[in-house]
Amino acid sequence: MTGISWYESSARDRVRLLLDAGSLTEVIGPEQRETSPHLDLFDLPKQFDDGIVVGRGRLSGKPVFIAAQEGRFMGGAFGEVHGAKLTGLLRAARDARTVPVLILFDTGGVRLQEANAGELAIAEIMRALIEARCAGAKVIGLVGGRAGCYGGGGLVAGCCSALAVSEHGRIAVSGPEVIETNRGVEEFDSKDRSLVWRTMGGKNRRLIGGADAFVDDTIEAFRAAALHLIERAPAFGLDMLKAEQARLAERLKRFGDCADGLDIWKREGAVDAAAIPSLSAEAFTTLADKIREPRYDAR
Amino acid sequence: METFSFRHKAERRSAGTKAQAIVGVVASGNLEVLVERNLPDTECHVEVSTPIAGFGPVWEAVVADFVERRSPGGLKLSINDGGARADTVALRLAQAVRLIEEDVR
Repeated sequence: MTGISWYESSARDRVRLLLDAGSLTEVIGPEQRETSPHLDLFDLPKQFDDGIVVGRGRLSGKPVFIAAQEGRFMGGAFGEVHGAKLTGLLRAARDARTVPVLILFDTGGVRLQEANAGELAIAEIMRALIEARCAGAKVIGLVGGRAGCYGGGGLVAGCCSALAVSEHGRIAVSGPEVIETNRGVEEFDSKDRSLVWRTMGGKNRRLIGGADAFVDDTIEAFRAAALHLIERAPAFGLDMLKAEQARLAERLKRFGDCADGLDIWKREGAVDAAAIPSLSAEAFTTLADKIREPRYDAR
Repeated sequence: METFSFRHKAERRSAGTKAQAIVGVVASGNLEVLVERNLPDTECHVEVSTPIAGFGPVWEAVVADFVERRSPGGLKLSINDGGARADTVALRLAQAVRLIEEDVR
């Protein structure tokens, strides 16, 4: 599996190649045909797994819960069934207490055709995620798919114990087009792809602490990051929440007036900030660790 | 949404012991094929659900050609289509059968 691209792989391939070979036990698999009850109304095709694979497996011999969104089916968006599958997985993790959860995000947010059910699903997922963390489970988000991690997906990612992101991964709530539509082109030019990556892309997220690990676009790199973050991610509790509050307050104070990722990187002391987007993952990680060590007390 | 249900007799039972396999994604120009081993050895059923109306004869021809080439006896194939071309459909059907015939790892 050397060098297989995470970005190019399907949700099923990511799960199959990430976990120990043959260890996946899928829950509510495609053969059960638990499809969306809403898409027929719009004469839209359904997918047998409603765009998400959930189940149990092993990572380096240890048990994990895993969920993977298929970004090519309706942009990986959350619908009623899709969301309920993730909620159920997180509740199983809460009951198991110590088994970590991997969420392979690849989503544009809530599915517009089932918006109310999808928004409710996001709320239920966030509650279930926090309950799982309170019970002692670590929840690790992996972001590197073509849909990025937007909308409600961005909110759920923000609740995770730790995140790993690749160059292709983008993490935000409102996407570029949404911001431009609502606030005008001077606020955010969605056609400026370089700006999109400088603000929402994996490198900026790592540099401002929104993601904890930056990885190459390969299955092995995500696997190594998942193992590392399961070890290092903080336990959930009052101390962690206070540390996170302090981290966010400091970040706002330092960078609140920055209009672009470039301004942040310069202020952080990157000598050649303009070259950051073209750095290889290895060179970037070295630079990022020098500028700012990843923190494992907050989140 | 148009749906089709094709029933064919196959020459022989499909190889392997896997109970099910799935291939493809429901996206524009693509489709998913879920294949399940749950029929008598000489039967093959193909169920199609597609949002693109008016291509019944093409589906019928592609499925008939597939059954003749692969002899997928004992298999039920269920398709969710996203508007795939006939060649993509033929490819996914062949991939689905190859996957279910593979030995379990």
